[in-house]
Amino acid sequence: MSGSNGTADAGAGVGAPAASGERGAVTTLETPIHIDYAFTAGQAQSRFLKGISEGRFLGQRCPKCQKVYVPPRGSCPTDGVATTDEVELGNTGTVTTYCVVNVPFQGQSIEIPYICAQVLLDGANIAFMGLIQEIPADQVRMGLRVEAVWVEPDQLEPNLSSVKYFRPNGEPDAPYESFEEYL
Amino acid sequence: MSSPVRPVAVVAFAQAPNVRREDHRNEVEMLMPVVEEVFSKVGMTKDDMGFVCSGSSDYLVGAPFSFVMALDAVGAWPPMRESHVEMDGAFALYEAWTQLQEGDIDTALVYSFGRSSPSQLEKILALQLDPYYLAPLWPDPVGLAALQAQALIDAGKATEADFAAVAARSRRDALANPNAQVKGGRSVEELLADDYVVTPLRRHTLPPISDGCAAIVLAAGDRATQACERPAWITGIDHRIETHQLGARDLTTSPSTSAAAAAAGLGGSGAGGSGPGGGARVDVAELHAPFAHQELILRDALGLGDDAVVNPSGGALAANALMVAGLTRIGEAAQRIIDGDAERALAHATSGPCLQQNLVCALAATPEGGA
Repeated sequence: MSGSNGTADAGAGVGAPAASGERGAVTTLETPIHIDYAFTAGQAQSRFLKGISEGRFLGQRCPKCQKVYVPPRGSCPTDGVATTDEVELGNTGTVTTYCVVNVPFQGQSIEIPYICAQVLLDGANIAFMGLIQEIPADQVRMGLRVEAVWVEPDQLEPNLSSVKYFRPNGEPDAPYESFEEYL
Repeated sequence: MSSPVRPVAVVAFAQAPNVRREDHRNEVEMLMPVVEEVFSKVGMTKDDMGFVCSGSSDYLVGAPFSFVMALDAVGAWPPMRESHVEMDGAFALYEAWTQLQEGDIDTALVYSFGRSSPSQLEKILALQLDPYYLAPLWPDPVGLAALQAQALIDAGKATEADFAAVAARSRRDALANPNAQVKGGRSVEELLADDYVVTPLRRHTLPPISDGCAAIVLAAGDRATQACERPAWITGIDHRIETHQLGARDLTTSPSTSAAAAAAGLGGSGAGGSGPGGGARVDVAELHAPFAHQELILRDALGLGDDAVVNPSGGALAANALMVAGLTRIGEAAQRIIDGDAERALAHATSGPCLQQNLVCALAATPEGGA
């Protein structure tokens, strides 16, 4: 593939000769592109990621509607105002909805089938995506109470691979009414 | 459609200071104070807006649908009428103006944000070129602009000193603009002592790499006069594009600018207007010329004389947040009218390599635009 030096590295596909001695039409053209970016997390997400590197979930509350967002992006998407009030959320939550992944893909690091779920962390008003493990896939359900399992403390980093997965925490299922707003 | 069937005006403009690299705030955090400021100027909120339209490019930050996430700065609840262009915010303003002509809404918010710093612009801007014959060669924007500048010199239309004079004036004017990034009092002689970046372009003829954002509130008819004591009425607006094949263009001219100006009621060069260069007479012109020599081409295409007041803000040579600099030209020109410093103004925005696409907006202190 193309190097990051930005030089042309185009390849062309040429169709089969239409007649003897004649070249066929060019049917494909490859022009590889590689661009590197520096990502700016911003103030709210930086706070969140710093919290993750300390093994805790930090959200932010909207001063207008009082909803708590995690990860926070600095504003309330409903009211369009800055969220400045930081809220530490618990390590537990409720599965609001989920799917069973049966499709293998390149780079997959988890054995299929596995569960990808929306987890409503206790105290948050928006669901958070995570894996559900330590429970057979066919036993995962809406309302399942779970807790986050973190990597070892010395392996914590400011990214979401610090949260290995969520697992059932043994509490009775949450009633549907408690999370129906977040589906 | 280029002249209004319904009077629409710019009633408020706000912008963030342009910086080389905005590394503490994400797009939403950059936009929020600007949106808040533009609303506060006219005592409105998002709930007063009939339409919201934004301009930005996902390529700049490498984030798909970054324009959807940016809506968090406005707050899209209850559901709103909203649109986006993968272009400079000036073209988003054109869409909003068109919507306002329909007559069922009276107000619109237009905003744009651009982060030119996170990646390699020379590669990103190459991606806007013809994908078969040009983009695979990765021509960088400075190189393409240099071809245009050299063509101007070869045609006997301008000299390197002319380029430096544009840069010197822009930097001097930018001293009075708190949102500008490049400013200073270096003379033409001092600037000409700079090394070439790409012959015949020296550093001062190039735009800075800027991160920034801007917002404008448009209002129609009575809503405009209620919101603003002296609205900047849009008396005409149009945009035209030229072929993507650079070799097929005369890079020393800008026929698309002339055509857009004529359609916006501003004459353009050779139109026999009352302005000193044959174009319409305006008190101020804000031209989106990222490279110094492009201002000379635009002046010629618009029939602006040597004594025309061009880019008192410092223009794109002083601050060039991609996707924002064009909308900022409309905002800066409108602000002169709102502040009572001008009766008639011209704003221009460009897109694509070597002034490929051009938008011209005529603004006036009265809806009729009388000079």
